Amino acid sequence: MNATRIRAALLAGVRALGLSVASVAVSCVLFSLTLLSLVLVGIGVGVFTTPVVLGWVRAWADHRRRLAASWSDVRIDVPYRALPADIRSGVTGQVERTSLMLKDPATWRDLQWLFVDLSAGAVTALVPGLTLWYWLYGLVIAAGLWRVFAHSGGEWFLFVRVHSQFTGLLALALGLGILALGLRYNTTLLRAHFRLAKCFLAPTKEASLALRVAKLTETRHDALDTSAAELRRIERDLHDGAQARLVAMGMNLGTIEALIEKDPAKAKKLIGVARASSAEALTELRDLVRGIHPPVLAERGLGDAVRALALRLPIETEVTVDLPGRSEAPVESAAYFAVSEVLTNAVKHSGADRIWVDLHHTGTGRDGMIRVSVTDNGCGGARIGAGSGLSGVERRLGTFDGVLAVSSPAGGPTMVTMEIPCASC
Amino acid sequence: MRVLLAEDLFLLRDGLVRMLEAFDFEVLAAVETGPELTQAFEELEPDVAVVDVRLPPSHTDEGLQCALAARRARPGLPILVLSQHVEQLYARELLADGNGGIGYLLKDRVFDAEQFVDAVRRVAGGGTAMDPQVISQLLSRRAQDKPIGQLTPREKEVMELMAQGRSNAAIAAQLFVTERAVAKHTSNIFAKLDLPVSDDDNRRVLAVLAYLDH
Repeated sequence: MNATRIRAALLAGVRALGLSVASVAVSCVLFSLTLLSLVLVGIGVGVFTTPVVLGWVRAWADHRRRLAASWSDVRIDVPYRALPADIRSGVTGQVERTSLMLKDPATWRDLQWLFVDLSAGAVTALVPGLTLWYWLYGLVIAAGLWRVFAHSGGEWFLFVRVHSQFTGLLALALGLGILALGLRYNTTLLRAHFRLAKCFLAPTKEASLALRVAKLTETRHDALDTSAAELRRIERDLHDGAQARLVAMGMNLGTIEALIEKDPAKAKKLIGVARASSAEALTELRDLVRGIHPPVLAERGLGDAVRALALRLPIETEVTVDLPGRSEAPVESAAYFAVSEVLTNAVKHSGADRIWVDLHHTGTGRDGMIRVSVTDNGCGGARIGAGSGLSGVERRLGTFDGVLAVSSPAGGPTMVTMEIPCASC
Repeated sequence: MRVLLAEDLFLLRDGLVRMLEAFDFEVLAAVETGPELTQAFEELEPDVAVVDVRLPPSHTDEGLQCALAARRARPGLPILVLSQHVEQLYARELLADGNGGIGYLLKDRVFDAEQFVDAVRRVAGGGTAMDPQVISQLLSRRAQDKPIGQLTPREKEVMELMAQGRSNAAIAAQLFVTERAVAKHTSNIFAKLDLPVSDDDNRRVLAVLAYLDH
């Protein structure tokens, strides 16, 4: 057993001990307060106290979800239904809020969890906590406490009856055995504690499906809106651009046909004009194609497409790419346009003179995702908000279950991080 | 002069063959896919190849990859790459080996037959032909650079044409000045950008391109 494992086991033991104390204390208080508040609903006062108490319960549960993830790598999703944004103020709003919270099955599962946490949860946390210290008791017994026990006719140290030096040493050996077991299994035991919590804190299958449906409805809406807007833009660009130029060219060619014998000089001049408008039509079509699906993206994939994009920017941009291969075309395209929008934003608003783009793939199999970060050394202050380019990016990534996070303190630097699930690369 | 042509669109392939034959080129083969092109590079010995970036079967950058592979096998093999769009990224890859005899042009440039044929001849002779769009992208990115800021507008014009691969004579003709004047501008440009002076036209062009793409 190496040093890191021992350190992990010791850490797990200390954490578990703290957890068992906190479980009993906090969960017990919250459990009682919740019950009290629910009873008080009967006489009206509870309507005001319940949302507050349930808020504390949810905060406590959320804290434990975070601990589960950071201490034992147990991921527990948040099951609560979102409260509507347009809830009324005053007493009616309060009643509405209370009833919505009480109708959420997650509230009742939280209550069950509080009870389990202060009983079984506390015990499962106490065991790994105690394994580290119990041997000290054995040591004290072996060192001389056994004499006291021998007088009183013997005491139990687990299943060893201590009444002599020999049984005292046996107790110490047993204690050390427990310590060894603790060092070996503490991390597993702590994980078991969080698994138990997960049974109650994670959304039920039904609830997670409901949450998923709500999310999908929202993102499908966004996706339809964006694609409709895109199609309108393409239609308008074609109509006003290439199409109009081709009409002009056709007209010119007609005139040329009529003039070619009568006035060859003028015809020649018009041929020049026709050629120029065909060149312009091509340029416009090229720009349009770049906006629909950039050729480099089709030819080389995300990494080189972003590199090519960076080369077009007026600000020096460093791109690092670590992608194992090509991803699905829609994912690549979404990631590309997200990066493109974020870069445009940075160029327009940040005042930076350097930008760094990092693209890499993390996770394996179904948990795989593309993570992109765009950092600039500009003035900061970028926010996701109404009308900002970033909220558009966030919405569009949402269709792919992607997320966007912005860190942009005043004075800079700004760092925009995006994650897009991508199972197939 | 013997040309190998790779282009998947029938109309354009046919048009290019006609155009090149009209200007007394011998078209050795006009192929339409990447594997055919690789095979043609191995079997035929063209003086110059005109290659479309995007070719079947993958419809990605097969043409470009074939061209790069062929040049790795035969350094300096003259190849003119054509594309529906130009990317600085691809230009950089084509120029990376530091050998001349390379061209990268938008397909639109075939509209002007004489200029296009001139570009093919230049590449075949070991020179370069970079699309004006590539050069203007490079220049706009480096517009804030100090040495480039010191160039006079005329010198910038000369540098732009030089980076496209034009000879002094061609630059003089386009700008309606004497070749002596162009030579003076180029030596000024090289002094201001602190580039090593060379008598060889192609070396000079590559030095300017390398400077711009630094």
